[in-house]
Amino acid sequence: MVENRPGLTILSHAVLILGVLLIAFPLYVTFVASTHTLETVMQVPMPLLPGDQLVQNYSQVLGAGTTTGSKAAVGSMLVNSTVMALGIPLGKIAISIISAFAIVYFRFRLRMFFFWMIFITLMLPVEVRIIPTFKVIADLGMLNSYAGLTVPLIASATATFLFRQFFMTVPDELAEAARVDGAGPMRFFWDVLLPLSKTTMAALFVIQFIYGWNQYLWPLLITTDESMYTTVIGIKRMIVGGDAANEWNLIMATAILAMLPPALVVVLMQRWFVKGLVETEK
Amino acid sequence: MEKRVVFRSAWLPYALVAPQIAITVVFFFWPATQAVWYSFQLQDAFGLKTQFVGLQNFAHLFRDGNYLASFRVTAVFSVLVAFSGIAISLLLATMADRVLRGALAYKTLLIWPYAVAPAVAGVLWAFLFAPSIGIVTYVLKGFGVDWNWIINDNQAIALVVIASVWKQISYNFLFFLAGLQSIPRSLIEAAAIDGAGPARRFWTIVFPLLSPTTFFLLVVNVVYAFFETFGVIDATTQGGPAQATQILVYKVYHDGVKAADLGSSSAQSVILMFIVIALTVVQFRFIERKVQY
Repeated sequence: MVENRPGLTILSHAVLILGVLLIAFPLYVTFVASTHTLETVMQVPMPLLPGDQLVQNYSQVLGAGTTTGSKAAVGSMLVNSTVMALGIPLGKIAISIISAFAIVYFRFRLRMFFFWMIFITLMLPVEVRIIPTFKVIADLGMLNSYAGLTVPLIASATATFLFRQFFMTVPDELAEAARVDGAGPMRFFWDVLLPLSKTTMAALFVIQFIYGWNQYLWPLLITTDESMYTTVIGIKRMIVGGDAANEWNLIMATAILAMLPPALVVVLMQRWFVKGLVETEK
Repeated sequence: MEKRVVFRSAWLPYALVAPQIAITVVFFFWPATQAVWYSFQLQDAFGLKTQFVGLQNFAHLFRDGNYLASFRVTAVFSVLVAFSGIAISLLLATMADRVLRGALAYKTLLIWPYAVAPAVAGVLWAFLFAPSIGIVTYVLKGFGVDWNWIINDNQAIALVVIASVWKQISYNFLFFLAGLQSIPRSLIEAAAIDGAGPARRFWTIVFPLLSPTTFFLLVVNVVYAFFETFGVIDATTQGGPAQATQILVYKVYHDGVKAADLGSSSAQSVILMFIVIALTVVQFRFIERKVQY
């Protein structure tokens, strides 16, 4: 600190505490609502202290879902979300790291062409090609399948760039030494490059886990079968109409379940998370 | 930037790029080309016949009051999301950069909303603001404000802006904090010795030095407001009331999926593609500048 200004320090703490409280407020209300009966939640105003229905509500949604909206159980939605949240980062890392390896460590015809092809995908988010991408998936018979949920989302320019950038910083001497020792390119990749890339992979994994878990538009389009809903889609399907028609206590319990895994990843792996966030945007 | 040391193989590099290129072609290039192709077609009501109509779909769009209104909504929405998100995060980051005690705790408590899906953020805030049972609605009623976003345009926009900003603050906060921590202390100390108070130091030194971060976040937030807020809107207002919150992306989805108007929806997709390309170019030109800086 440049100078000692107790007043300003107190003000800083006050602003931060206010910010933290405002940010946490919706989460708190959600949690409280998820621990009451529907009748209690529907009271105006609803209570602001947790109730005693926690176990009841959570086991209801996990095992059976809501009664008025979608009747799919949240338990299987969590499984689907997990498959998506693991499949996307793993697939993305796998295909990006090998294509970055090819682009950095080989000279071959069409190299720059491939590079630009990957680059241009940055400009084609799912949102701008909704209908035709849906048709491709339908034609390939990938609706309502795990492959349909993950494969179309694993091509990513950012991951390829990140690995490319990292490979450029790896000293040339390593590749030279490997070559002198008679190691082929794949041997070099497995024994030298892959171990060096661990931190980059971890950072990317954390960011992509959250990306995969929170996908919305894509599963909304390609899952029509309740058994394939992800948790985020499930919440939306539980909301059936006006305020009074929804089982808010159960919807809020599902919302907590939908937020918990990615929030834990952010909080517990904060270091990788921050690294991943800052580096993927460079 | 090229490597000096390279490996040689006639087939290996092609095999290594093949998976990514295959997915890119099947799920990116082919659909994008289709979108462009459909945008020149007119489909009859049953989807049986299509007819090449050139730029007619685009001409229709730019004469369509609803589409122009959607442009306006998107502009208002993204300006509100970007500016309020950036202002709040900058305030919080500046304060977090000042305090020594509890810095990590504050940071952890401020970044977790990044993990919340936009659709879930929408549901959370829709519940707080629910017209008949929402707790915030109840408090507002106490102040004499009748809050019902289901019928009131401005309140609907306010709801989606609040939910979208709430989710994005954590992201902006992290980047501002990193930006603030990279400003050399010596500059600030020198200004303090010259007698500049905290407010003066912020506006004449810190804020200008942060401008690359601010500009970067401006672009990112606009992109976020344009595309990723789809979940917020679909889970809350669904574009209503009467299209008051129908941003461009939502209209593409609505016209294409719900109204099944393939030609118009594809033409809108093509227009959106141009917007993304423009934003990406802006972002990259800026990044080049940042490298020199």
